[in-house]
Amino acid sequence: MTNGMDILAIGLYGVSFVFYVLNLYRERSWSGRLATVALLLGIAAHYYALLERSRVIHAIPYDDLYGSMSLFAWLLAVTYLGLETYHRKRAVGSLVVPFVILWLLVAVIVAPSSVQHDPSANGALFALHITVGILAYAAFGISFLLSVIFLVQNRILRGGRPGLAFWRFPALEVLERMSRSSVWVGLMALAASTGLGFAWEHQLTGHFAIADPKVWITLFVLAAYATYLRIVRTPTWRGSRAALVCACNFLIVLFSYTIVNLYFTSFHRFF
Amino acid sequence: MSPDSITDPVSRHGEGEFRGRSEIALIGCNHISAPVELRERVAFTPQQALRAARELCESGILEEAVVVSTCNRSELYGVSGTEGGSAPLELLSYFGEFHKIPLRELDGRMYQRVGVQAVRHLFRVTSGLDSMLLGEAEILGQVREAYNRALENGSTGPVLNRLFQSALEVGKRVRSETEIGARPMSVAVAGVKLAERIFGELKGRIAVIVGAGTVAEQVVEHLRLRGIGELRVVNRSFSRAQELALRMGGQAVEWSALSATLDQPDILVTSVSGAEPVLTRAMLERAMLVRSGRAICVIDLGVPRNVEPQAEGIYNAYLFNIDHLGEIVEQNRKAREAEIPRAEVIVDEHVNKFLGWQASLEGASLISALRSRLNAERDSLLAARFNGSQSSAAAAQREQFEEFARELIERIVQLPAGRLRERRKLKRPIEGLVGLRELFGLGAADDEEGS
Repeated sequence: MTNGMDILAIGLYGVSFVFYVLNLYRERSWSGRLATVALLLGIAAHYYALLERSRVIHAIPYDDLYGSMSLFAWLLAVTYLGLETYHRKRAVGSLVVPFVILWLLVAVIVAPSSVQHDPSANGALFALHITVGILAYAAFGISFLLSVIFLVQNRILRGGRPGLAFWRFPALEVLERMSRSSVWVGLMALAASTGLGFAWEHQLTGHFAIADPKVWITLFVLAAYATYLRIVRTPTWRGSRAALVCACNFLIVLFSYTIVNLYFTSFHRFF
Repeated sequence: MSPDSITDPVSRHGEGEFRGRSEIALIGCNHISAPVELRERVAFTPQQALRAARELCESGILEEAVVVSTCNRSELYGVSGTEGGSAPLELLSYFGEFHKIPLRELDGRMYQRVGVQAVRHLFRVTSGLDSMLLGEAEILGQVREAYNRALENGSTGPVLNRLFQSALEVGKRVRSETEIGARPMSVAVAGVKLAERIFGELKGRIAVIVGAGTVAEQVVEHLRLRGIGELRVVNRSFSRAQELALRMGGQAVEWSALSATLDQPDILVTSVSGAEPVLTRAMLERAMLVRSGRAICVIDLGVPRNVEPQAEGIYNAYLFNIDHLGEIVEQNRKAREAEIPRAEVIVDEHVNKFLGWQASLEGASLISALRSRLNAERDSLLAARFNGSQSSAAAAQREQFEEFARELIERIVQLPAGRLRERRKLKRPIEGLVGLRELFGLGAADDEEGS
């Protein structure tokens, strides 16, 4: 189920992407500012699209594949905007925004024509559990991108053949700081989401389904990112090793979001 | 349409009075036209530049003058105060006399430009297109300083004020709208930029300089500009290390303490002459252990290399030698060269804009001269017609004639003023204006006063 706001959001994200690329190619304050403004407007339009869908189905808008992907794209954009504002670095925008567009585009294309809503998936606890959980995935996604950029930059530095983009992307230490901030957001969000999930389940069934593989893989993800935050401050790991760990951690997240959701759990299946 | 409206450029853009001609003349030499030995001899100190500009204006060779003198160029810009475009020749003679150099030595080494060529030259200079290091930023500051000094000295006027203000604008535009100055072009800056790629801001970082060399000193200068925290200098000769440390604002360290010194710095610059490396893999590995693997940027400027090649690949030790830096500089030079056409477009745009302004200035002056001439004729005719008449009827009649003549003159002047405004858009009316002056016998400012 799509609406005009989705299309508008994709358009605005597209404009934002063009300006981010322009800003990367020729660092100009106006192109950078326009990129941020377009992203902000895209986020607003995207929010209204989610809101409208929520009104139509009388429930949270993300208890299906379209909803979860659309929300993921929205939170990816929001988290990136937060990082950009905090670290005052726009160069990474040209790599993050395409993922936002891709996610939303896929969501729009594969959106089901009708939604079979599960009545049990109502209430603030569930809404928060899902929202915060997807925020965590979005934040981990950004930290993955930042880590990959770090590894590429590091390789270029060691190879001594820098291209144009090399001089534009943030310095290694800045990338590491940005990645750390992003992981912190993800870790807090995932911990909160797990707690909220337990609370919602207890409210619904009166017990905790700790045998659910999704719970175990989530705890593993929490442990993996906590380890990253520990080692990234250790001089012997700081740098490319920590970036590699961060990038690998996201593979676990992807495994949890796809394989585990699809084959090992019934609670967390959006498909 | 008021004819007065086209006098705006004078009042808006410059101080002083415009006297009717605005031919810009330039004489100078740069790194292409003259060898360094000659450039050194024809360089002007700031005081000499002011004296030369003052003398040229006082002698009547120029009406306005600005001297731009840097390590790679000495140039004299002026607005000609003589007829027939003889200013460049007079300037060449003055150049020779000022520096006590025979003209035959300057022959073929100095370039002379007038009019649009001189304007374009200055715009290309401030854009960095005429620099030895394509797109370098320093020239913009140097031209600004030279202009400001001349402005304070009173040797500029409306034309050079406008010219230099436009040139500074062009320089800024070219740098902000093209990539001509975006990437490092010197080995020293490339080294510092690479360190920034690792650490981000260099403020408060610790740097160690091993040995002494011109490029190493340049690196230190750029590190200082970026607010480096501590600087330590290690040299085989401790007295030399002390001397360098004093000059660079750092701390001297004994050569025997070199290994221990590696434990702290974020940036290490080596520039030691000698056949054997002064830093071995073992030394760096030991230092990395003590530093708990904290990242270090090693800039090896030595030829042969000061850091053992085997040291490459140590975790978190980023090693750059002179070949790496040279390759970066070469890549960047090509990237900057690719931006030349875009920079030239901006230069052309501003040259045309300046010519338009210059034409309006000339036009305003011409109209003013024409009006003065007609008013003088009117006064002369009225004086002859009513000479000796004291009656009130004659006074009234004279008033009527005067009013009639005033209106007639305004109508006559309005038409060419309008045409000139239209022609200004065609950008090249200056030669025509000179012809018009001759046709109407309006002459230059001095003649106008006399008419």
